[in-house]
Amino acid sequence: MLTIIDYGVGNLASIKNILKKIGVESVISSDEATIAAADKIILPGVGAFDTCAQKLQQSGLLPILNKKVLVEKIPVLGVCVGMQLLAESSEEGVLPGLGWIKGQIIKFKQEQLPAGLKIPHMGWTDVQLSKPSKLFENMYEDPRFYFVHSYHPQLAHAEDALVVATHGYTFVAGIEHENIMGVQFHPEKSHKFGMKLLDNFMKNY
Amino acid sequence: MKRVRVIPALLIQNGGLVKSVKFKDHKYVGDPINAVKIFNEKEVDEIVILDISATAEKRGPNIKKIKELASEAFMPMGYGGGVTKLDEIKELITAGVEKVIINTSAFYDPDLVSEGAKFIGSQSIVVSIDVKKNIWGKYKVHVQNGSKNTNIDPVQFAKKIADAGAGELFLNAIDRDGTFNGYDTELIKLISSEINIPLVAIGGAATVNDFVKAIESGASAVSAGSMFVFQGPHRAVLISYPKQQELKEKLFSQLV
Repeated sequence: MLTIIDYGVGNLASIKNILKKIGVESVISSDEATIAAADKIILPGVGAFDTCAQKLQQSGLLPILNKKVLVEKIPVLGVCVGMQLLAESSEEGVLPGLGWIKGQIIKFKQEQLPAGLKIPHMGWTDVQLSKPSKLFENMYEDPRFYFVHSYHPQLAHAEDALVVATHGYTFVAGIEHENIMGVQFHPEKSHKFGMKLLDNFMKNY
Repeated sequence: MKRVRVIPALLIQNGGLVKSVKFKDHKYVGDPINAVKIFNEKEVDEIVILDISATAEKRGPNIKKIKELASEAFMPMGYGGGVTKLDEIKELITAGVEKVIINTSAFYDPDLVSEGAKFIGSQSIVVSIDVKKNIWGKYKVHVQNGSKNTNIDPVQFAKKIADAGAGELFLNAIDRDGTFNGYDTELIKLISSEINIPLVAIGGAATVNDFVKAIESGASAVSAGSMFVFQGPHRAVLISYPKQQELKEKLFSQLV
């Protein structure tokens, strides 16, 4: 079953609510056996990178998550800081990420933003696909998603970029590498666009 | 294309949805759950729920009700009303609220803003400031749903709560509330020029063109109540929200 990883952070109820809305059964769990039986996982995350990284480490779930994702290669979708955790590190903190995606998370480069443009980037922003993806199959026209973040990925391999968005400059807003996917925005708070993306994650992977 | 958020704000009093004029004369306009469902169908950018009875009744947020509302909101939801403790902030986040809005308690207890921001991040802590001009034409911060004048200058207070860790300011011009006379752009300019956090303007909107004026004055997002729940000169209750096409043509295309 689709398992939403509960490691003590994030708005898990929102993700479960939208999955219910689109008719997908899911379970919120911090239990190793439940996660071991998962066929897909969603990794949420909100707040500071180190807080999330630390709580994930303390949860004791790292070995089972590594096994599921790197050995069994089940599909995983990271959301917001959950996506950032997929990378190797972040400028926001000192703790390592999961390292499942090569690259780091960097702060919006203020000097490259027009004067008056604020950080965090908060609100609805259009995204453009960087490569064809089953996550965006039959997506509604002009897809837009809700973002709240001050950091974004800087990938080691450009081909891992799934979508880009623009806030002052264009940044990577989603990643996909084999079974590992992540989005900086909040599909659970992005109306039909988020529903379609999650539906695709369920049906196409 | 740059977008700005257009946010319906709903007032709840004694469990029902109401709308005020200048924070008075509350008129019953319907059932909150039903309203959230309709706004959800209209794909609004974000929604704000303010329980204006909570502080007056000296009680905290009605978590059960809020959970119900949040489960119908597939867009970010902000909640304000009666938030006085960190535990309530935690409960609200768990209930599915993205942004906790603090008004009276932010004034008397700015540490609550700092603690909240530390717990969940600044992006989820919004301070709402209700402002009214006194008889000498000076802007003053009001608390307790606008009923109490603190005699404090809103610029000074806005800076203080931004420093305390608020991630966003929800700025309400009491004299414009429910009047359809447009936003208080002078107030928006005054405050937005002094702070670095996003400012959401509310109070007085009647048309999409009012949104443009608020953004030009320095607001990062716009909110409205009456404009989205009333229709026509007799204020018939009808929930509406501008279509994407209208927002693109009349608002987003005007942004630099």
